[in-house]
Amino acid sequence: MHLTCLRRARDLMDRDFALPLDVPTMARHALMSPAHFSRSFREAYGETPYGYLMTRRIERSMALLRGGATVTDACMAVGATSLGSFSSRFHELVGQTPSQYRAAQHAAVVAMPTCVAHAQTRPQPRGLKAQRHPQQSTIREAVAVTAA
Amino acid sequence: MTISLHYAPITVNDVDESIGFYRDALGLTVRGDVANGGFRWVTLGSDDQPTVEIVLSQPHAGRSEADGDALQELLTKGSLGPIVFASDDVDGAFERLRESGAEVLQEPIDQPWGPRDCAFRDPSGNTVRILQA
Repeated sequence: MHLTCLRRARDLMDRDFALPLDVPTMARHALMSPAHFSRSFREAYGETPYGYLMTRRIERSMALLRGGATVTDACMAVGATSLGSFSSRFHELVGQTPSQYRAAQHAAVVAMPTCVAHAQTRPQPRGLKAQRHPQQSTIREAVAVTAA
Repeated sequence: MTISLHYAPITVNDVDESIGFYRDALGLTVRGDVANGGFRWVTLGSDDQPTVEIVLSQPHAGRSEADGDALQELLTKGSLGPIVFASDDVDGAFERLRESGAEVLQEPIDQPWGPRDCAFRDPSGNTVRILQA
């Protein structure tokens, strides 16, 4: 039941990432107190609920930027309210600024079904990486390009 | 020589609960139900595709306790891969599943790469996607 509730909260983030979700709302969805929810979620999925939500938002914004959306539109469309914190989080996860990412080539990802791209291009949050290489951190996409 | 897909295994926590989803809500037919050593294997298929069956089995069937526990955890967390069905009426299939009380992951939408599809969780946590045939 415990893991089922966590899964439902994670599904809520995957589905409603563009809404103003916060930890208390997600914790209610999981039928847990915010503190217990955050701790349990991190144990189960390796990152905090807010971290997961922001990673999901960044991953979705990457898809919008690949489609030619402006940085501001992409930021707002995924539920991020501050362009500054969105951009710094983006850079931290992706290793490029949103504008740099928007201007880059994305041939392999464009060819993938969205559900595959969701998994394959999902930025790796801190703590899940054994070692942080700014040049490689986000190279899940570059790997896909090489393999294609 | 021919080669074709025949069985696709799906791990579920509770076989009976899953039959409610895959048979009653999704519309598959139960073709086999075998019990051995305290576990059950239930095969279901679509009348539209007589030679292909999914096989429902439990996480601990044929595995060590530790492996079964690990698999069950991944299943319940929603971390296993999806199974994808096709329908000539994805919106109708969606309504039927939704009315059964299944957990909706995604309403039918036209995906940027082509097909219209929708997605659910089965009662155990597997992602079940249905795309327009």
